[in-house]
Amino acid sequence: MALTHSRPSDTERSAPGSEPHVVRGSEDPRTPRAARGLRSLRAARFNERLAPYLFLLPWLIGFFVITLGPMLYSLYLSFTNFSMLAPPEWVGIDNYIKMFTNDPKYLESVRVTLVYVFVSVPLQLAFALMLAMVLNRGLRGLPIYRSIYYLPSLIGGSVAIAVLWRQMFGHNGLINQILDVFGIEAQSWIGNPNTALGTLIILNVWTFGSPMVIFLAALRQIPQELYEAGAVDGVNKRQQFLHITLPMLTPIVLFNLILQLIGAFQAFTPAFVVSGGTGGPVNSTLFYTLYLYQRGFTSFQMGYASAMAWVLFVGIAVVTVINFWFSKYWVHYDD
Amino acid sequence: MTTDIKIDYTREIGVVGRRNKAPRSVLRHGLLIGFGLVMLYPLIWMVGASFKESSDIFTEIWPFPDPVVLENYERGWRGSGVGFGTYFLNSTIVAVLSVVGNLFACTLAGYAFARLSFKFRAVFFACMMATLMLPHHVLMVPQYILFANLGWVNTFLPLITPKFLAVDAFFVFLMVQFLRGLPRELDEAAKIDGAGPWRTFWHVILPLTLPALATTSIFTFIWTWNDFLSPMIYLQDPRTYTVPLGLNSFLDASGDSAWGPMFAMAVLSLGPLFGFFLAGQKYLTTGIATTGLKG
Repeated sequence: MALTHSRPSDTERSAPGSEPHVVRGSEDPRTPRAARGLRSLRAARFNERLAPYLFLLPWLIGFFVITLGPMLYSLYLSFTNFSMLAPPEWVGIDNYIKMFTNDPKYLESVRVTLVYVFVSVPLQLAFALMLAMVLNRGLRGLPIYRSIYYLPSLIGGSVAIAVLWRQMFGHNGLINQILDVFGIEAQSWIGNPNTALGTLIILNVWTFGSPMVIFLAALRQIPQELYEAGAVDGVNKRQQFLHITLPMLTPIVLFNLILQLIGAFQAFTPAFVVSGGTGGPVNSTLFYTLYLYQRGFTSFQMGYASAMAWVLFVGIAVVTVINFWFSKYWVHYDD
Repeated sequence: MTTDIKIDYTREIGVVGRRNKAPRSVLRHGLLIGFGLVMLYPLIWMVGASFKESSDIFTEIWPFPDPVVLENYERGWRGSGVGFGTYFLNSTIVAVLSVVGNLFACTLAGYAFARLSFKFRAVFFACMMATLMLPHHVLMVPQYILFANLGWVNTFLPLITPKFLAVDAFFVFLMVQFLRGLPRELDEAAKIDGAGPWRTFWHVILPLTLPALATTSIFTFIWTWNDFLSPMIYLQDPRTYTVPLGLNSFLDASGDSAWGPMFAMAVLSLGPLFGFFLAGQKYLTTGIATTGLKG
């Protein structure tokens, strides 16, 4: 650290190696002292004005070239037919119309994704909250438990875990071996359209660790006085949870809910690997993003894929806004 | 097997342990350990299966191999085409350079947003926050066209370059949040000492942001290591495959027949993640907890 306690006058005189001014090294030592000072002052002021932009330069380039530019281009492409072989051909809102009126596979992917999101996220959060409550009771070995439960969320999105899931719920898989012990007949859980999506929901619920860690941190922030006051009033455990813990936690519930919803809408890897990239059986695991990938990068319908991406974007934004809007009815802010 | 035993055990204590404290905490630990084992059972089983003979994988639910065979690892490492040595090397290059890129660019941007004043700061900050919400899929197609036109397909550049341009807004945001917690006096003291913004950043601020840097490194490594979609789009030549692509193509090539080698490679692919997990646990959990809360 270069935080010295010297005043500017000291640093002026200090050894050249310590470089008190940013541009000092470039100075001609024969320049009169006053002029040198003035010049370095100007340089310093210039530097100060320019510096923020230099710090921001990578982000600025990234934002304009890799984010904003592509975003606008993608909006344009969504109104075209484009296969990368010929220039984009303007078709107006045809892609959007086709999506909702003439593409049953698209509607199926919307349905599958909505079921996945709205079943797995609430379950995941319920588990996360439950475990966080249990772990928050001054338990010994808390860091160990926290790690154990957190681990799956760290690796849950990897191909390795998707591969494991594919075996577990396959015909010769682990689940059937376990069920066999109880005399239940084997079936292919991922080969059956009625159960395939369920296996992916289980996978997402399994990764409840990261919202759990956030809940745990939030539980610590609830003032102890509230519980003491509650104890004086003779509230029981259930009332304590319903009237103190839960209301105090609602902002974090909302936060976790939005975070996990956004994540679940964009899930891709498990569906791809478990179904071998097809979204099968019978489109039962055709996640939105998987269908988008198929359209864009398997059939090279870049325009259609872009339109799909924009609908996803708007969809996520709408769900998020609705959540915020409804939040005033159930989220308790302490002010 | 283990799971049923656990449940019986805890139930038994549940009846006894109503009154005093000790049995209650035993009950709680019992339940937590039992549930933890149920959760981790698939993982434990997979590690075990990677050391089992193929015939045992399909008949045994007991996770521990007997006899222990290493053949799966040999066969898996050779893979179906290029071999996992190359995949691991590729993954390492991509992940390490991504970490470097994110540390470089996101820290600089975070510092500018949190500590420096300049025109358009509010506008740019709003833009940065907005990109947090943007699904990657919106940018996927145009970015592919851009990188394809640059001739970057089948190279690691499309995966790495964005990191050096602070495209992961999440980490910029993390840095901003962290820096807001540091006292302003530090900058002022440095300024009085004649340090410019660069020196202040490099010598005063950066050493203090170690926890944020650690969180950024760990998460960037894990996310890039796990990433499947982007490598799948940009890396079509098997020699450039990363580990997830290698695993997936192995699965396709050998179908459901080669579970042993498959699990062996899956276990290896999780290895670095476990390493980071064990080393960086503190940063991982506090990292997500604090970003979560302050958001």
